[in-house]
Amino acid sequence: MNVLIDKFDVFAGGFWLTFQICILAAIGALILGAVVAVLRISPVPPLRALGTAYVTVFRNMPLTVVMFFAAFGLPALGSNANFLRIPVIDAIFTRLGTDLPYFRFALIALILYTAAFVCEALRSGVNAVSPGQAEAARSLGLTFGQNLRYVVLPQSWKASIVPLGSVIIAMIKNSALIGFFGVVGDLSSTADQLTGAEGYAFIPVAIGISIGYLIMTVPLGALLDRIERRQAVAAR
Amino acid sequence: MSDEALIVLDEVNKWFGPLHVLDDVNLSVAKGEVVVVIGPSGSGKSTLCRAINRLEPINTGTITFDGRPLPAEGRPLAKLRSEVGMVFQSFNLFAHKTILQNVMLGPVKVRKEKSAIVRERAMSLLDRVGIANQADKYPAQLSGGQQQRVAIARALAMQPKAMLFDEPTSALDPEMVGEVLEVMTSLARDGMTMVVVTHEMGFARHAANRVVFMADGQLVEQAPPEEFFTNPRSERAKDFLSKILTH
Repeated sequence: MNVLIDKFDVFAGGFWLTFQICILAAIGALILGAVVAVLRISPVPPLRALGTAYVTVFRNMPLTVVMFFAAFGLPALGSNANFLRIPVIDAIFTRLGTDLPYFRFALIALILYTAAFVCEALRSGVNAVSPGQAEAARSLGLTFGQNLRYVVLPQSWKASIVPLGSVIIAMIKNSALIGFFGVVGDLSSTADQLTGAEGYAFIPVAIGISIGYLIMTVPLGALLDRIERRQAVAAR
Repeated sequence: MSDEALIVLDEVNKWFGPLHVLDDVNLSVAKGEVVVVIGPSGSGKSTLCRAINRLEPINTGTITFDGRPLPAEGRPLAKLRSEVGMVFQSFNLFAHKTILQNVMLGPVKVRKEKSAIVRERAMSLLDRVGIANQADKYPAQLSGGQQQRVAIARALAMQPKAMLFDEPTSALDPEMVGEVLEVMTSLARDGMTMVVVTHEMGFARHAANRVVFMADGQLVEQAPPEEFFTNPRSERAKDFLSKILTH
């Protein structure tokens, strides 16, 4: 088990990289997922169709395939995803700004894939609000946007927050795939490096990596349980 | 009540799948008139009421409000709805907002009126319906009758040209029906144009200018209340009245 202490810096580095991509992907997926959700519930049929098509494609494709498209399709189309080199943000999350594009490709794939599930979690929350609420808002003359902003969304987030958290936890675990698509040094791929290149025993390394993921996912899960309990009390 | 028509339905048809819920309906409601729509369940009364502000789109025919045909979608429709107050069977107060916020939301967000002015008007409306002392409570803390009176105040806060009532007392405990009908009666006295779908025959008798009887999606008969209740012409109306008035 000495590997956990001797190679702590390797584990910590892997953890930090995985943590970075998860934070960025969560923010991106929440924003994109919200946009797709608005499309899916909009009163304009073509927009609804667009949102539905998005969810159908990305919810039903394996993440590996989405990663494949991002990591090999984008360069084939001549893109290095340089639009993600966002000033200021790339100073905090340094991997965004590097010349090697694989971190950005993996980020795009995670965002596109997770946004479909975020959309559905948000939509299930909207569906939990009684239709009479939106109807009353419309009868007062509120527009679609005002209706969402002042009446529907303030009530729907309570029903969305727990499924949303599950989506984000799943995304953190899904991020273990990025090592197979050119990203060097994330938490999962440290296993390769330590067991393959440096010859450490597999089980202690696997334990170390598991701890790394659990540090990210368990507190999030506990937070969700707390929110859920508090809502159950408030509903009484 | 004037002769000028405010709401005009012309040859209106609507189908829910194979079900013909509105069958060639023609109806004209004058400014200041109180029209009470009665009829058996499933006769299309609620659909008729909801079609007037396009919560239910119709398939054929035209509906005109204040001289203009109903807009199809978007901002013009929202504007029209802001001029037509609606009260629902299930109150539909915004559950996450206080009573006062419920009444103020429309004028502040839709009409962009100043919050201070709206607050004053909202409080006087709540006073009028007898709930001013509950202004800071949430809907769930009020009784059904109180909630429905707030819903009326919320609709009135938009200073509508007409009010639609879709079975406003059907979800209420019997002892709360009176307080809601009282508010509606005083509105009618003040000259508000009203379309009321209800099973309250007492209200129809004393507050309506005209009773409209619907069955199977058709507008079977319309007459002043006295005439309708004492001397209905159609068999369908006679049958309906005999069932509800004998108990």
